[in-house]
Amino acid sequence: MPVDIDIAHVARLARLELTPEEMETYRSQLGVILEHAARVQALEGEPEVGSVHGLGIEGVFRDDEVAASLDRDEVLAAAPESRDGFFVVPPALEQ
Amino acid sequence: MSIPDTIAAASRALREGSLTAADLLDGVLERAQMTEAQLHAYLNIDHDGARVAAEAADADLAAGNDRGPLHGIPIALKDNLCTRGMETTCASQILAGWIPPYDATVVSRLREAGAVIVGKTNLDEFAMGSSTENSAYGPSFNPWDITRVPGGSSGGSAAAVAAGSALGALGSDTGGSIRQPAALTGTVGVKPTYGTVSRYGLIAFASSLDQIGPITRTVEDAALLLEAIWGHDPKDSTSYAGEYPQVRRSLDAGVDGLRIGVVKELSGEGYELAVEQAVAAMVEGLARQGAEIVEVSLPSFEIALSAYYLIAPAEASSNLARFDGVRYGLRVDGETTEEMMARTRGQGFGPEVTRRILLGTYALSAGYYDAFYGQAQRVRAAIRADLARVYAQVDALVSPTSPTVAFPAGARLDDPLAMYLSDICTIPSNLAGDPAMSVPIGLDQLGLPIGMQVMAPSLGEEVMFRVAAEVERLAGFDARPEIPVVAG
Amino acid sequence: MSWEAVIGIETHVELSTRSKMFCGCAVDFGAEPNTNICPVCLGLPGALPVPNRKAIEGIVAIGLALNCEITERSVFHRKNYFYADLPKNYQVSQFDVPVCRDGYLEIELDGETRRIGIERAHMEEDTGKSTHVGDGGRIHSASETLLDFNRSGVPLVEIVSRPDIRSAAEARAYAQELRAIVAELGVSDARLEEGSIRFDANISIRPAGSDTLGTKVEIKNMNSFRSLERAVDYEIRRQIAAVEAGQQIVQETRHWNEEAGETQSMRTKEGSSDYRYFADPDLVPLVVPPSWVEEIRASLPELPEARRKRYATLGLHPKAAAMLSSSARTIRHLFDETVAAGAPALAAFNWLTGEVTAWMRRTDTEPAELTGERLAALIALVDEGVVSATAAKEVLEGVLAGEGEPRQVAEARDLVQVSDRGALEGAVRRVLDADPDAVERLRSGEEKVIGFLVGQVMRETGGKADPRLVNELIREAVGSDG
Ligand SMILES: [Mg+2]
Ligand SMILES: [Zn+2]
Repeated sequence: MPVDIDIAHVARLARLELTPEEMETYRSQLGVILEHAARVQALEGEPEVGSVHGLGIEGVFRDDEVAASLDRDEVLAAAPESRDGFFVVPPALEQ
Repeated sequence: MSIPDTIAAASRALREGSLTAADLLDGVLERAQMTEAQLHAYLNIDHDGARVAAEAADADLAAGNDRGPLHGIPIALKDNLCTRGMETTCASQILAGWIPPYDATVVSRLREAGAVIVGKTNLDEFAMGSSTENSAYGPSFNPWDITRVPGGSSGGSAAAVAAGSALGALGSDTGGSIRQPAALTGTVGVKPTYGTVSRYGLIAFASSLDQIGPITRTVEDAALLLEAIWGHDPKDSTSYAGEYPQVRRSLDAGVDGLRIGVVKELSGEGYELAVEQAVAAMVEGLARQGAEIVEVSLPSFEIALSAYYLIAPAEASSNLARFDGVRYGLRVDGETTEEMMARTRGQGFGPEVTRRILLGTYALSAGYYDAFYGQAQRVRAAIRADLARVYAQVDALVSPTSPTVAFPAGARLDDPLAMYLSDICTIPSNLAGDPAMSVPIGLDQLGLPIGMQVMAPSLGEEVMFRVAAEVERLAGFDARPEIPVVAG
Repeated sequence: MSWEAVIGIETHVELSTRSKMFCGCAVDFGAEPNTNICPVCLGLPGALPVPNRKAIEGIVAIGLALNCEITERSVFHRKNYFYADLPKNYQVSQFDVPVCRDGYLEIELDGETRRIGIERAHMEEDTGKSTHVGDGGRIHSASETLLDFNRSGVPLVEIVSRPDIRSAAEARAYAQELRAIVAELGVSDARLEEGSIRFDANISIRPAGSDTLGTKVEIKNMNSFRSLERAVDYEIRRQIAAVEAGQQIVQETRHWNEEAGETQSMRTKEGSSDYRYFADPDLVPLVVPPSWVEEIRASLPELPEARRKRYATLGLHPKAAAMLSSSARTIRHLFDETVAAGAPALAAFNWLTGEVTAWMRRTDTEPAELTGERLAALIALVDEGVVSATAAKEVLEGVLAGEGEPRQVAEARDLVQVSDRGALEGAVRRVLDADPDAVERLRSGEEKVIGFLVGQVMRETGGKADPRLVNELIREAVGSDG
């Protein structure tokens, strides 16, 4: 049975503004995909979940050395809006 | 002009002085000129930059400064690799016009090796797809039949190499995105061991699965390109710092005495007859060359696809959160930051990307994490355990690369699950972090290429290339696509 | 009914490493906006993090100072939420396996020691800085927000206390003690005003003696120890009043408004706190082997708690020990030297926290000419009666001014007391002869007159007489044996 999901809630978490029609399409598609994905629940036994990486690499660090930063003008030139060395966005409501 | 169509041959010709890097560039650009209208392999060809690089390569070589096998060789890059000063879009509206201020590590390495970067190739948006139809800039098509898809998501890179508009290309492989298009276009595609090729500058899809690798015409070319790009990179924490396999050295070793496993789970329902027959014939061939063939079973492979379609979207939902209209790329305005971000993302991402972000967000969200994402990680561990058990008995595994040959454009666009099933053979290697590659083994009755997948345990590239080279010799695959010339 | 407050404090400490947590950009707060940024800390597509070794040493030092267990193999997680000053829209942090666990911190309050549990301390990265501009610059009516990412990716240690704190005063003592420790370790500037150490409080109330937990409210934006204490105190009273009026406490985040002197509800969107934590696949397990922990342990300075205990064993009152422990490094250093040179701890304490500290404040200079040996010598001069307590202050001034050893200064400034009987007998005689009435009253047992007579002799000798000897000579002359 397709999995039923609260698509509006998920879209809000993912910061995606969708039309009601889009919501409905994704809701039904995701239901079918998740029904298939739920097959992972058939796994028997409890294998030890280690690092997600196969080679067992761990404990990697860098020395505390300062490296060159990017050129501010080049970075700000790629920004949708900037002024006086700052990136500019519409007002934020929450914190 | 007519140029050699392999890196190895071009490299020899350059040193014999029978042609120059500039000639090679002319040759691939001429091919692109003839084929791009039909294939749309490239999003962007860097005519000027490539010309400068080719001339510099010639001057360098003339001055006796030989940078090795890639010196002067025209290479194409999947457009999810950051190139300093050259637009990088991931085939998404949300990154339209973005010019990275830095080069990916693989790009720096190619430049240092003297390669000539021809341009950026098309892909499924953010590498999410198996057909290169999910590009915001229009689909790519298969050189063997321009009504069919080239596979994906590295479809542009595969199509360019198959069409001869590059001598080699880089792709990225998260669930088969190098191997499946290689199989569908009659090229060689390699997904190396996770951690051997730096991901620095690869725009992430799913960080624990993504690996960059070569797409070439031949197994030898793949080895040359792989050796140029891999190696430890301190900028990538997951980069392997130990000793690397010697792949070029193992190309002629043959398969005599090797034990090769045939994966039982990667056959049967959903696999095309021509594909199964070609693979079976090749397995017999390997046996004749002295390989011991063992049928093996990996039960966890049955649920690998399900695990993949939870893990990859979960990581993607987080990796793609940075595209928010604040610092770069598209912005769709709003009254508040929140509204601006939601609109930018709602309009900037295409349907497949949106679908996967939603899927991954759901799989990680409160109340569903354990049943979905957490359980998928346990499946991943089970796959590793299954593979460890099997690799105690065999040196390498073989299977079809894709259950089917290239499918018609549009055929799976409205059925995401059917599209996802294209990756059923390739996904386990990504989940395990193991190397795998696809080698062309023939054409079906419609003249469409069939690929065989060779898998090996992590850092087992020597044995993998040994088997692949033997497969290539046995297949004797030297067919080339005939691309209809469109008037105009 | 009587109520009890249950308070836990979350502290964020910015480490003062040279470079950021996951990239080589400089940690430099005075810099022009957006000048210390790179692909990693700006969240550019394709960039990858590599952890700073020095930051790990910093958190381990903090963990050890807080008596925590150090986890050998911990994990970086992503905390996912959208905010304009968070470049990747996730923060690299730690979730179920932090570097430090199960420690404690001892605080002193009114001479009593209380142990506050430390649940965990974990490593994370800071965000960029938002400035809301427009009408009045206030969040709710801002017309736009300016973003500076220089701070983005600065290493941050989050320290989470157990809900063991019971009052606003304890909350303040905990915060002050924690700040002192972090400052002593030298791993952070630990300045509240600059935000390099930040405190949030979680507060709930319950009937006194109960062990249930009430609905907790988180308080943010407290920029000084005083505002922390005021905010906690206000919030406890607000909750009690609300509950007694039959209202429910709402789980929420409240903002301390310093001018209004109250906590105020902040507007947050429903459903925004599902952080979808998962192990960051760009990072490998964070491994701190025992040998590294021991190296860091060996390099730790003496911490406030140990220091207070040591001062107390020298005979200082717990309050004096606490006061000295939190005074300037120079003062503490001189104290140790002075005691080592043989001076009694109390005298050393009094001089250093009194006259010397006052001089430092007045002149705004370090007491470069003062050594423990010199201060011990001065204390001995007073003890032996060579200089009077009053004159000793002048001797100290001279020493601080670079006039040499205390005895030299006393001699040069003519401050040595006259302790020669013969030299003083004449002065005593003159004073007694001039006031027979006083002599008579002393004889008849009116003890307080002795003080007056000693004072007269001191005046006669220009303050140089040894008062004890003068006392003795007067009694001899009058025939009173006091
Ligand atoms: Mg935190
Ligand atoms: Zn940086």
